[in-house]
Amino acid sequence: MNAAAKQRHFDLKSFLANNGALVGLVVLCIALWIATPHFLTGPNLMNIGIQVSTIAVMAFGLTFVIVAAGIDLSVGSVAALSAMVSAYWTTTAGLPDGVSILVGLAVGAMSGLVTGMMSAYGKLPTFIASLAMLTIVRGLTLVVSDGRPISTSESVSFLGSNLGPVPMPIIVMVVTGLIAAFVLNRTIIGKNAFAVGGNTEAARLSGIPVKRVLVTVFAISGLFAGLAGMLLAGRLDSAQPTLATGYELDAIAAVVIGGASLAGGVGRISGTLVGALVLAVIRNGLNLLSVSSFWQQVVIGVVIALAVGFDVIRRKNVRH
Amino acid sequence: MSPQPVLTLDSVSKSFGRIEVIHDVTVDVYPGEVTVLLGENGAGKSTLIKMIAGVHQPTSGRILLDGEPVSITDTKTSESLGIATIHQELNLVPSMTVAENITLGRTPRRFGVINRAEMRRIARDALAQIGLDLDVDTHVGELGIARQQLVEIAKALSLDARILILDEPTAALTTSEIEALFDVVRDLKAKNVGMVFISHHLDEIAAIGDRVNVLRDGGFVAQVPATTDEDELIRLMVGRSIDKQFPREPGVTVQNTPGDGDAAAPGSTAGSGAAQPLLEVKGLNADGLRGIDLSVRPGEVVALAGLMGAGRTELLRCLAGADHYASGEVRVNGRKLKPYDVAAATRAGVGHVPEDRKTQGLVLDASVAENIGYATMGATSRFGLVDRRGQKARAEKIAERLRIRMDSIEQPIRSLSGGNQQKAVFGRWFSAGSKVLLLDEPTRGVDVGAKVEIYELINEITAGGGCVLMASSDLPEVLGMSDRVLVMSQGTIAGELPTAEATQDSIMQLAVSNVHRDEEEPHAASADTGDEGATA
Ligand SMILES: Nc1ncnc2c1ncn2[C@@H]1O[C@H](COP(=O)(O)OP(=O)(O)OP(=O)(O)O)[C@@H](O)[C@H]1O
Ligand SMILES: [Mg+2]
Repeated sequence: MNAAAKQRHFDLKSFLANNGALVGLVVLCIALWIATPHFLTGPNLMNIGIQVSTIAVMAFGLTFVIVAAGIDLSVGSVAALSAMVSAYWTTTAGLPDGVSILVGLAVGAMSGLVTGMMSAYGKLPTFIASLAMLTIVRGLTLVVSDGRPISTSESVSFLGSNLGPVPMPIIVMVVTGLIAAFVLNRTIIGKNAFAVGGNTEAARLSGIPVKRVLVTVFAISGLFAGLAGMLLAGRLDSAQPTLATGYELDAIAAVVIGGASLAGGVGRISGTLVGALVLAVIRNGLNLLSVSSFWQQVVIGVVIALAVGFDVIRRKNVRH
Repeated sequence: MSPQPVLTLDSVSKSFGRIEVIHDVTVDVYPGEVTVLLGENGAGKSTLIKMIAGVHQPTSGRILLDGEPVSITDTKTSESLGIATIHQELNLVPSMTVAENITLGRTPRRFGVINRAEMRRIARDALAQIGLDLDVDTHVGELGIARQQLVEIAKALSLDARILILDEPTAALTTSEIEALFDVVRDLKAKNVGMVFISHHLDEIAAIGDRVNVLRDGGFVAQVPATTDEDELIRLMVGRSIDKQFPREPGVTVQNTPGDGDAAAPGSTAGSGAAQPLLEVKGLNADGLRGIDLSVRPGEVVALAGLMGAGRTELLRCLAGADHYASGEVRVNGRKLKPYDVAAATRAGVGHVPEDRKTQGLVLDASVAENIGYATMGATSRFGLVDRRGQKARAEKIAERLRIRMDSIEQPIRSLSGGNQQKAVFGRWFSAGSKVLLLDEPTRGVDVGAKVEIYELINEITAGGGCVLMASSDLPEVLGMSDRVLVMSQGTIAGELPTAEATQDSIMQLAVSNVHRDEEEPHAASADTGDEGATA
């Protein structure tokens, strides 16, 4: 009791307990720095930055859905469709390049909107609704592209280029991360997502429009996925029909490693970024140490299980 | 009397992080006796019993069983030592049946396969003990909170424990179920079971208690016999005396109280002195409700009384937009309310305190401030940005008003005591400036002192031209705080009484009236129900 003042000052123990993934990331980096001279070099770090940016941007959007106690399996496919339609817009249809990025973003947001509507109004569980969208959207990508890659517009290619020494994807990631964090923590959209994810029934009985919240978070997820898709395509100067296949799993892993709970109500953008970094650094490190890509998959799986397992234990301790 | 206590908490303390919530408390539990723990919300009663139940471990001190020190590391250990606990917040799995819940963790098996017949038998026996007539294959989620509480009690009884802990088991129950429970308790006393009982209803302490341990701020205050008079108990527990337990001031003559009514007041009524009802319900039919007509005028507090399952909760939920209704209309301030739309009801000035704070009222992982603020968050936001400072200020103000005991307004509401959580749910709607308050057991688990604070806020709302429709199983509260009583029975309004003329007996008579009538005429049409006069 009467200890409000005591709580104020910095508590290292609770900081560490609350930022397990960050601690893990730091340990990982130090270990790799000792293990291989190639890790801590400018080019390698840029390389990691580029790799992490796509997953991170995708995972930022996904964080909204997971905070609201949903799941979005369609983000990889949505990324592909957005990139493809945007490429089609300029390259195939010859429409003005000036809006090609906006077109891609709109496609992403619309796809998310549809998933959200299916689950909010069609009463499908988000897992099922987004699973359906995963195949529907991938199919549409193939239809639009006729199964062939299409070169991206100049503005999309610019997203994949370098700005001076810094790769654009890293800049985009930082900017979108800041925006996402702001929206999640300061706006009514974000706060509603936390309430709905924490206890849907209590949120509804408090007058929070639960259905609208669900549709909104899926639209946000789609929007970010669309941007991620264009980052990826811009890097290659072409939108591939198989673009970002399987990325949804990495994105989900990033969010969950970052401390979000699949049960909803908990999640942070900074955590998601750390989660994405953990995955990218491990992949990079294993490559540098020339571990076979087969074993890499095993290692990544183990890391996900450990990270989330620790988190569950930690949360249990905090609760009682 | 009995020389050897069966269980002793020997100068235990408990801290969460840096905060000590129990300080050096010693409690003895004797076989065949009911040991009462009494204290304000947040005094530490639940924390104390959770140490016996294996949920928490004491930071220091010992627990003795039959004089031998034991360490109760988890709930399983507690059970295996012969201790059964009924926790304050329900711990049932809503998607499972009554029988599955009662046998949870010790499901009877035969050749590795669940023995469903045996499972049902155990459940039926357990329910029969407390006289609850219920299909054991019903899913628990379909039951109201009173029935869920009874299932929880049955579950604990079916363990045949030698020590039984009851943390506010009566808070959600009506008089007849409480009587049934007390019969069981008396029976267990005769069987030498040692019991720990927590309740904020002081009359219950006299009814079944033996000795009372009073706690204040996590410390031990006194041990007194259960025959101690109520005023003395209150003084021990609160540290001061309370002059008026029910400070009802009828608000019809709009006397403005000190300007505390802050925040965006949606749908404000300017109709002072107008006889026009603020809340009006016509011909409402829904699942379990038939032909409900009622109206509540500005300044009025109308109580809904009735037996368990009479339809009070369902009615309030329909009015709040939480549930669908088949036909009928609800008007607030003369304007028709869109059915099944809580957000629309909220905008029209309706506030609803639901019956179960844990599943319907609170986002447990969110902070106290956020939980108080959910109803004003949207209305006060600008350009989609949450008004963080305003939200916090409003929450702090209401928390102080209701004396919500906490360390910080940013602490997760999960870590507040039950009564303090309940105050937060009520505070949400007060701070939203709701004009039509639909309260479902608003003071469930709230201590005597804090109840008065809630009642004063109710007075303030009616004085400002608002109205209150309140379902309550606490008859003294009904008689002390309402202007009119509507008695429900079997989904209809069986009658109406001005509170001044109502007594516990006249209310109970009306509450059972339809039960008999229905036996002759199973599907009575709504036409023969709203006959208020026919009952006196
Ligand atoms: N897990 C926790 N973390 C931090 N504080 C806690 C935790 N659990 C309980 N507390 C604090 O301990 C104090 C005692 O709580 P407890 O639940 O024992 O009260 P209570 O006497 O049962 O009150 P009520 O009558 O409202 O049920 C409260 O101030 C509460 O905020
Ligand atoms: Mg308690």
